[in-house]
Amino acid sequence: MNQMEAQTEMAKPTKTRNTLANRMWKVRWLYFFMAPGIAYFLIFKYYPMWGVLMAFQRYQPHVGLWGSQWVGLRHFRRFFSEPEFWMLLRNTLYIAALDLVIYFPFTIILALLLNEVRSEIYKRTVQTLVYVPHFLSWVVVVGICYLLFTTEGGVINEIIASLGFEKINFLMSERWFRPMIIGQIIWKDAGWGTIIFLAALAGVDPNLYEAARIDGANRWRLLWHVTLPAIRSVIVILLILRMGNFLDLGFEQIFLMLNALNREVGEVFDTYVYRVGLQQGQFSYSAAVGLFKSVVGLILVIGSNWIAKRFGEEGVY
Amino acid sequence: MLHRSFGSRVFDAANIIFLSLFALAAVLPFIYVISSSFSVTAGLIPKKFTLEAYQYIFSAKTFYRSLLVSVYVTSVGTMIQLILTSLMAYGLSYRHVPGRSMLLLMVVFTMLFSGGMIPTYFVVRSTGLLNTLWSLMIPNAISAFNLIILKNFFQSIPDELKESAKIDGAHELVVLFRIVMPLSLPALAAFGLFYAVGLWNQYFNAIMYITDQTKYPVQVVLRQVIILAYGNIGDSTDMEEVPYYGQSIRMAVIVVATIPIMLVYPFLQKHFAKGVLLGSVKG
Repeated sequence: MNQMEAQTEMAKPTKTRNTLANRMWKVRWLYFFMAPGIAYFLIFKYYPMWGVLMAFQRYQPHVGLWGSQWVGLRHFRRFFSEPEFWMLLRNTLYIAALDLVIYFPFTIILALLLNEVRSEIYKRTVQTLVYVPHFLSWVVVVGICYLLFTTEGGVINEIIASLGFEKINFLMSERWFRPMIIGQIIWKDAGWGTIIFLAALAGVDPNLYEAARIDGANRWRLLWHVTLPAIRSVIVILLILRMGNFLDLGFEQIFLMLNALNREVGEVFDTYVYRVGLQQGQFSYSAAVGLFKSVVGLILVIGSNWIAKRFGEEGVY
Repeated sequence: MLHRSFGSRVFDAANIIFLSLFALAAVLPFIYVISSSFSVTAGLIPKKFTLEAYQYIFSAKTFYRSLLVSVYVTSVGTMIQLILTSLMAYGLSYRHVPGRSMLLLMVVFTMLFSGGMIPTYFVVRSTGLLNTLWSLMIPNAISAFNLIILKNFFQSIPDELKESAKIDGAHELVVLFRIVMPLSLPALAAFGLFYAVGLWNQYFNAIMYITDQTKYPVQVVLRQVIILAYGNIGDSTDMEEVPYYGQSIRMAVIVVATIPIMLVYPFLQKHFAKGVLLGSVKG
């Protein structure tokens, strides 16, 4: 690495004393400061990327990566031929699509509605309240959800029963799994999600509104022709970022909501990796599943970024 | 505009009603949990006020031990993570450091791609952190996102300030701790809170890396007490032994597991919003 650096530096006109070694020595304290951080990234982020080679092996923990037998793409072939692959793909895409189609527009609409409020105090109060759930852990959110929705004395089912209907087993049915998941996401994060949009909305030039009003625009027209174009690039950037997490989405949450009765619609790549890998000990196979997921995730980010640029937006990278 | 149309006023009214309902929905479940935890029966208004649930929690070993674990992990972990992040961000904030762009690329790439759960587990295992509380603090010590934002923040501090101190003979350490850090207090506060909330709320790392029940943080215990107690029925993959607790105790555990968050919420709201915006504007 040093040699390469030195070569590129040599190409530039430099004073004789200003060699690379000299410049590095000058900032030695900065390297010293960064050393623990660099070590952290190498050990906990890059070493696992190397370790992912186990996906192409019959990995045995006691002999390690060097001693384990190579098996090529066997684990991938097995994964793609398992019926579980289609189940995982379907569940992941389904939940991620719900997130993009319901949660994401919901935060934008919420921000727009907040933006229309005239009273500053009222707006602040609502903001303060709707931010609260964001800071609760998923365990707490799912826990509260269990306490409220359980058929064993949960308040929601008590109300349903008192209205003369049959109790609904929200927590242990395939039918209610996805609505519960998306409901929890909205409850926890929709309020918080408005922050960036609100900041962008606050930055819109008031003169634009004034000019549009003079031209006879009503509120709906102001929204459509001034407000939305003003926050379009923010929307695109957040959409790209969310696409990047498409497959990571709500892992903790889904893991907590899973049980034997809703596994068929709830199991996603990450929960499958945990169950098959760490609980059943099929390390190589589950690492292969994880690698597949990481690669697809990478393609999704780069792809959506590319599309955004094609449409004349700034993109993230 | 003084004159407002009828439709516009109807919209305003509907808007206020909707937002009020949403805000209410955001806090009502939690208020319900709090009041039920003080009551013999569940409900929005406690019937027969009692502290029994809390007395039980603070006398039962499982609960207060897990609280201590969480307090320890959160306080020590926040310090470690904040220091590591600041030191690295400071180094990266100088443009003339040889190798800087490569280091930045190295950091950014970890946001796009990761080795995944299983290889990471084996790395943590081989470092000997498994089943220690360090495993809850070290493997996620630096958030690449926070690091980049903090780097940008350090960069925005005028070079003249740092240079003049150095000309006066100040050591790099002095520049960092006496000039740059104090000027960055708002940002550091925001990221400190980010890390603290993350550490307090984490549970999956604990499930993965910790098998010794005496080292469980409060979120794991909370999961056992509520979610596994209801949801474990017929689940063959998760055969943990789960004791049964009464409803008010479950409610009280939720409250206790959330109190620290609620205590810092006023600060959170102010600084977090700023932290998020720092990222969006400068990142």
